[in-house]
Amino acid sequence: MTGPETDNAKPYQVSRDEDGGMTFSVYGNMDVSNAAVLLKDLKAEVKNDSPSSLTVDLNAVEYLDDFGTLVLVELKRLMSAAGGKFHLVHPGPKIRNMLSLLNFDAMAEPVTFIKKRSPNLFVRIGDAALGQLSDLRYAVFFLGSVCLSLAHVCLHPGSLRREETISTMQRTGVDGLPIVALISFLMGLIMAFMSSVQLEQFGANIYVASLVSLAMTRELGPIMTAIIVAGRSGSAFAAEIGTMKISEEVDALFTMGFDPVRFLVVPKLVAALVMVPILTLFSDLFAILGGLIVGVSMLDLTAGAYVAQTLKTLTLFDVFWGVLKSGVFGIFITWVGCLRGFQVQGGAASVGQATTSAVVSSIFLIIVIDSVFSVILRYWG
Amino acid sequence: MGRDVVIRVRDLRVGYGEDIVLDQVSFDVYEGEVFVILGGSGCGKSTLLKGMIGLIPPFAGRVLIDGDSVSEDEERLKGIFRKIGVLYQGAALFGSMTVAENVALPIQAYTRLPPESVNVIVQMKLGLVNLNGYENHLPSELSGGMKKRAGLARAMALNPKILFFDEPSAGLDPVTSAELDQLILQLNRNLGTTMVIVTHELQSIFAVAQRVIMLDRQTRGIIAEGDPQYLRDHSQNQAVKRFFNRVVNTE
Ligand SMILES: Nc1ncnc2c1ncn2[C@@H]1O[C@H](COP(=O)(O)OP(=O)(O)OP(=O)(O)O)[C@@H](O)[C@H]1O
Ligand SMILES: [Mg+2]
Repeated sequence: MTGPETDNAKPYQVSRDEDGGMTFSVYGNMDVSNAAVLLKDLKAEVKNDSPSSLTVDLNAVEYLDDFGTLVLVELKRLMSAAGGKFHLVHPGPKIRNMLSLLNFDAMAEPVTFIKKRSPNLFVRIGDAALGQLSDLRYAVFFLGSVCLSLAHVCLHPGSLRREETISTMQRTGVDGLPIVALISFLMGLIMAFMSSVQLEQFGANIYVASLVSLAMTRELGPIMTAIIVAGRSGSAFAAEIGTMKISEEVDALFTMGFDPVRFLVVPKLVAALVMVPILTLFSDLFAILGGLIVGVSMLDLTAGAYVAQTLKTLTLFDVFWGVLKSGVFGIFITWVGCLRGFQVQGGAASVGQATTSAVVSSIFLIIVIDSVFSVILRYWG
Repeated sequence: MGRDVVIRVRDLRVGYGEDIVLDQVSFDVYEGEVFVILGGSGCGKSTLLKGMIGLIPPFAGRVLIDGDSVSEDEERLKGIFRKIGVLYQGAALFGSMTVAENVALPIQAYTRLPPESVNVIVQMKLGLVNLNGYENHLPSELSGGMKKRAGLARAMALNPKILFFDEPSAGLDPVTSAELDQLILQLNRNLGTTMVIVTHELQSIFAVAQRVIMLDRQTRGIIAEGDPQYLRDHSQNQAVKRFFNRVVNTE
């Protein structure tokens, strides 16, 4: 059973009178479901005919919502742009209500939202420069308040939020240990393997142990650990504080008389300061283990010889130097993560940006600080 | 004239994790009606609303919207979502988009109107909630009540058949709140939109509600249902009386 053919049936009739006027009699609904089609069709009719006046008969319209009103508004505008007249006739009571609710009569003028103007190049460069400058100023200010808060906690150890610190230690340190261990182990493995290809030619297999242990404790251990911590925890700090910032939790802390920096940053700082060096030690250990496995299984070294060579190469100073560096890395990772968190403004997208920026800035800082340490060692050691 | 049921809730049990917030809740919402859910703070009004629209899966019971079961079947849920608009308690505007973009988002996605026409619609919607002139503001640049109104404009962007409001007038001044009541009535009358509203504003309730249900925390269910005026004057339930007469519980 099929109904009558209604495909081409348009929900309106067009009639023309002798003095160039045109009338649409619309029937049925004018709503969100058919407004787009109706608008296109009616506009096309008007453009084809360019009538001197347009009348829309709403007598048979049963339902009109704001999308239907949109059709009328657009027709009215089209006519007024062409200098013609526009009339609405026979609206029912509900339709009249709807039109007055939507301020139909006042909608003759086309609206253009004043788009956010995009200023010229110089203004934008200037804006960006000023923005950078104030970011920098805030960064320095923030560094200062972090130092002050840290000093305060050193003087009054009781004011440290102990439980928060411990749980942050767990999230930063303990939970990060497996990935740090795995990556360091693989690095040790790779380093031993790559260097053995060269050293084997000179029969200097045993120096694989020296190379792996020295490179890891001095440079790669601290750097790899710091990069992993930046990715895991630095981003988490930024996201946490950023979200608190946009949901007014930071304001709440402030008005309750807490110093947000002391409340939020110091536990993270203490946690990072303790945990990053410990993670670094684990990283050294696992890298040496990785090297050992390559040495024993592929280079015909005994485990004893490998360990002895490692101990002979490493001085306590090397280990201490690496640990010191990693402590500094930890401070800066926390500082940047929290800084980016506090710089969040607006909505969720800003939190995302802060998180990205926290990781990128941390990695950058890690490399810069590492270079500084190398220079110091060069002139001092 | 028997009216059609658009929302049918039967023996619904909802909650979070182990906690049951509401149990054995059954009621109907009729087409074209302004239906209000009342109750003290924390009694589960928002939870019921979320259960009704499929945001939290019910532990038991079922909800039918326009004859379709609100289940976990995604396709079916999508069909239902086209018929409803929701104003969340916290407005839930997208922070990275301007007010106009927030309202335009569903219109662009579900209609084939040209961009200029979308702008006109957005302007009308914002006019309805008195937010003209704030098209290019970001949600973070609006006051709490303004966010609420922008959220309302977005909820009704596509003129859904059913509108769900979680505390529409919270955060609005009395005048704006009264205007909002008028708007709700106008939309209801002229477009026939069914409204399900969570509110505790007594004045609003008497202004807009045709039927209310009242939830209670202790009994975890409906303690009263009917016309608000009638309940205020004739209910025998102490909790209901206290609510309508703003009396402090001294038991
Ligand atoms: N995400 C959640 N997880 C666990 N429990 C929740 C969650 N949201 C709400 N609850 C609990 O459910 C109960 C009902 O909360 P609901 O938000 O529905 O209250 P409400 O009636 O909307 O209150 P109000 O009028 O204050 O908005 C409360 O006891 C609350 O503790
Ligand atoms: Mg609620």
